[in-house]
Amino acid sequence: MSEPGIPTEWWASENFWRKCAIFVTGFMALVLVLLTFHTLTVIEAGSEAGRVPAYSVINHRIGYVMDDEKRRMMPVIGPKAPLFGEELTEAEAMALVDHGKLTVQARNCMNCHTILGNGAYYAPDLTKAWLDPGWGNEQARELLMTMFLKDPPTNARTFGTGRRMPNQELTDAEVRAVIAYLKWMSAIDTNGFPSGFKPLPQGPLTEAPQSQSGASHALGTSPPLAQPRRPSTKSPPPLASAPAAGLSMRGAT
Amino acid sequence: MKIGKINYSELSTAQKLSVKYFTVAMVLFLAQLIFGLVAAWQFLAPDFLFEVLDFNVNRMVHINAMVVWMLYGFIGAIFWLVEDESGVPLVGAWLANATFYVLTVAVTIVVLVYLFVQSGPGDAWTLWLINEGREYIEAPRWADIGIVICMVAFFYNVAGTFVAGRWSGISGVLVLDLVALAGLYLAGMFYTTNLPMDQYWWWWVIHLWVEATWEVLVGCIMAWGLIKTLGARRRIVTTWLYVEVALMFGSGILGLGHHYFWIGTPEYWLGIGGFFSALEPVPLVAMVVHAVYDAGRHSFRSSNHPALAWLIAHAFGNFIGAGVFGFMQTLPQINMFTHGTQWSSSHGHLAFFGAYTTIIVAFIYLTIQRLRGDVWMSGDLHGGWRWKWSLGLLHVGMVGMSMALLIAGYEQSFIERAMGGSTWQAYFDGQTQPWFIQAMWWRMIFGVIMTVGLVLLLVDFVKIGAGDDRPIRAVPSEAIPEPEAQSEELAEAAAGS
Ligand code: HEM
Ligand code: HEM
Ligand SMILES: [Fe+2]
Repeated sequence: MSEPGIPTEWWASENFWRKCAIFVTGFMALVLVLLTFHTLTVIEAGSEAGRVPAYSVINHRIGYVMDDEKRRMMPVIGPKAPLFGEELTEAEAMALVDHGKLTVQARNCMNCHTILGNGAYYAPDLTKAWLDPGWGNEQARELLMTMFLKDPPTNARTFGTGRRMPNQELTDAEVRAVIAYLKWMSAIDTNGFPSGFKPLPQGPLTEAPQSQSGASHALGTSPPLAQPRRPSTKSPPPLASAPAAGLSMRGAT
Repeated sequence: MKIGKINYSELSTAQKLSVKYFTVAMVLFLAQLIFGLVAAWQFLAPDFLFEVLDFNVNRMVHINAMVVWMLYGFIGAIFWLVEDESGVPLVGAWLANATFYVLTVAVTIVVLVYLFVQSGPGDAWTLWLINEGREYIEAPRWADIGIVICMVAFFYNVAGTFVAGRWSGISGVLVLDLVALAGLYLAGMFYTTNLPMDQYWWWWVIHLWVEATWEVLVGCIMAWGLIKTLGARRRIVTTWLYVEVALMFGSGILGLGHHYFWIGTPEYWLGIGGFFSALEPVPLVAMVVHAVYDAGRHSFRSSNHPALAWLIAHAFGNFIGAGVFGFMQTLPQINMFTHGTQWSSSHGHLAFFGAYTTIIVAFIYLTIQRLRGDVWMSGDLHGGWRWKWSLGLLHVGMVGMSMALLIAGYEQSFIERAMGGSTWQAYFDGQTQPWFIQAMWWRMIFGVIMTVGLVLLLVDFVKIGAGDDRPIRAVPSEAIPEPEAQSEELAEAAAGS
């Protein structure tokens, strides 16, 4: 630092650093804004990029497998396996997932659980809750999830922690909506987080030749109650329409 | 002014407002710790208050009380320095008072609703009236709007006062930073079905607050504090402030990307977020150098020892809690396994305490000194053990708690994440590990130590300086140039370049 009265070097002067501060802040903010525009188009639900699935993904079986090229786990959207055996249009699926998300916010789930790894650490992460091996198998899952969410304290396993989930007094509609939201969430491409997660046993993830019947048999639920009323433009989601070879099912078989 | 007595009525309106804001802040701080203790106890005894005051409610009150009391602390500090720095009285005294009461009533209602209504049906009404269910910014939408209105009123007062008086480097940075801070809050005020979109904007508020705008705000407060407690030279302090702004925003704005690794956002954030956030400790080192250099240069002869001690605690706490503990988990290769474990909690605690609690406490000591009629607060304080012990207990508690949480986080990363693959079973395997359980006990014990420290601190706030008749020590100052003289210098420099 210079003594009073002696002129400061340019690189130590207030003026130089003020300009630096303004320039750096402006530049970084600009870059962030540009990146934000790009990211927002990519994470649109059902966008080309395929990172965030269309809401009608809940009509499909969802897998989580090792991608050999990227060397990380990726969600894979398999053949039709409608949630609760009921195939929904994109708009209906969106309304259901929306109700689920509203419920999750209204009940403050995030202050016990993490969601995509963010939130509280008192209860397990919900990112892949739909795929959790704890539900036993694909056939039992919807029923077990419903029973659990209707009355968590009674159905709690607690695994020796004694920590039970309090009863959220969810209505039937809220339970279905929350499950739909969790199913949709499990299909988001999270760059491989959580790593090494092994989903519960499920039917095949590639479209079998006689796909429709094959899928609903594997599910073991009643055949879809309703056929899609209007095939949505966004359904089936991009990943499912990609050539099967690109999907890399190796991890699943 | 009567030395050693309470001189509240002789303070200016803005200074009285500071005292009010600080008082509410400290009440909320105490509430924060009490609800933290309850939440921590529920880790050990999960049936405690089960379905009465569940973990999520206690935790929400814990972290919301924190966010609100820190904002109150910042507002208090700004009201304290605005008249001194601008050279004129506050422009809208009536408005400022009204804002304080409106804001405080709103905060009270929000907390009562959290505690007694807790949650609602899954529809938009709940988000508007009860709880938004988004960590840190749970306040319902009506309160969001109220907060924004109060912030506009506050901003009018601060900016208006500088306009009426004089500007300086510190006030220029401060006002621009407040615009950004308030503007960012708007990013958290909407609902979307799309979860990645939701979390994308949510982090704009959380990260760009604590790792950009809040840091710069406390940089301004620190700069003013160093001039006041040490008589540091304004030109040097201001230059440092600009350096810190350049480094902080230069790394922190794109450092935002370290929250975009795993939420569905594109892969380029792995590189951008990892790189820029890894640079974030640099400005924090600069702040340590700055504070220690200034304190050393003045041989630690300050007009307010407790304030200076807490300012130095701020410099180190910020560097270690935010810089070191943040850096430890900021590279995506590590964050893959630490994300959403007790690591985050460890860092979150040490960073918020080290960076923000410390500087607000320092500022409160400055306020009290004036409230007590510019009383002596250097060496040989009557009852000086109180400020030293409370500082010590709070730090021992916080450091111990963060270390316990870090150990829990390590264990969780290994057992739940790396080995178990993050299933529910793996999560509970991690939670039942003896090391994890021990860490939760240690966190509880250190939490109690912290709380004792806080109670002692509050007692000290009431007692320090009472009945002492020695006047404040004049800072053995390098002359403090007037801001006007400075801007002339600036104009010359600008013209010359
Ligand atoms: C005073 C400044 C800071 C404060 C108050 C702060 C606070 C926090 C908090 C509370 C969280 C947890 C968020 C949650 O609940 O999910 C967090 C996360 C994180 N912070 Fe900071 N932080 C600060 C500075 C930094 C710095 C400088 C770095 C990097 C060098 C950093 C790196 C991180 C990372 C990587 C995470 C994500 C953890 C995860 O993946 O779960 N932080 N921070
Ligand atoms: C008596 C002392 C304290 C206790 C017992 C305590 C306890 C807790 C508990 C149990 C949680 C929930 C963690 C989880 O979800 O697993 C929490 C979260 C948090 N606390 Fe504290 N706390 C204390 C003091 C503080 C202080 C002084 C601060 C800041 C100044 C603070 C800031 C936070 C933050 C930022 C979080 C969220 C962390 C995250 O999500 O990563 N706490 N605390
Ligand atoms: Fe961050």
